[in-house]
Amino acid sequence: MSLPVILFWILAVISILSAIGVVMAKNPVHSVLLLIVTFFTIAGLYILLNAQFLAVVHIIVYAGAIMVLFLFVIMLMNLNASGEPQKNNLVKFAGVISGGILLIVLVAVLKQANTGMLAEGSDHIGLIQNLGQALFKDFVLPFEVSSILFLSAMIGAIVIGKRE
Amino acid sequence: MPIQNYIWLSIALFCIGVTGVLIRRNAIIVFMCIELMLNAVNLLLVSLSKYHHDASAQIFVFFIMAVAAAEVSVGLAIIVMVYRHTKSVDVNILNRLKN
Repeated sequence: MSLPVILFWILAVISILSAIGVVMAKNPVHSVLLLIVTFFTIAGLYILLNAQFLAVVHIIVYAGAIMVLFLFVIMLMNLNASGEPQKNNLVKFAGVISGGILLIVLVAVLKQANTGMLAEGSDHIGLIQNLGQALFKDFVLPFEVSSILFLSAMIGAIVIGKRE
Repeated sequence: MPIQNYIWLSIALFCIGVTGVLIRRNAIIVFMCIELMLNAVNLLLVSLSKYHHDASAQIFVFFIMAVAAAEVSVGLAIIVMVYRHTKSVDVNILNRLKN
């Protein structure tokens, strides 16, 4: 086995275990920390896939901004000590069965898909030069629309969070 | 490496996220499971981008990240407001939005 394959399996196992930990953890703070571990492994997988720019943006946006926001909200609410009310066991069992059935269906559908191998070695698609060219030539309009989305999200968060 | 490995990993992460949304009652955990599902889709898009040698999928991932950031800011503001009114983040309380 070559080095990228070994790295892929290590990162995949860590990400799945920590994702299960996010769902299972009793303490919300532990959930947040395990989710950060999952995001770092996904960033490692992006680097393995030659998407270096996306890996850096992923770490900045998710680990740097979104999860800090989650941690702040959890600490403001002082939830870390209290036990959350649990769903009853029947509902939990039904939820796990539903998720497992979804997994089985997706695997069964995609098992016969006619797919090939990923190209070995590095290419330049994921570098910032290529992505910038694509973003500002082909996707200028969505880029500008997303700035309006951010403006409206900012105003919406302020209006919702304001004490009346 | 076959691209199938990345597809299985994405499916597994997505299904873990779906299961988390179904079995947890804490609204913040439900939100984090939604983030997990978004990331599974992002991983699939990036691997398909390498498979097809096309940069468009990575631009889509970029936009998904932007929309996720906006969604989280508004959603957490809503959760904070719900907590102020009901002193709880239990999603079962939200079935009566009046009062």
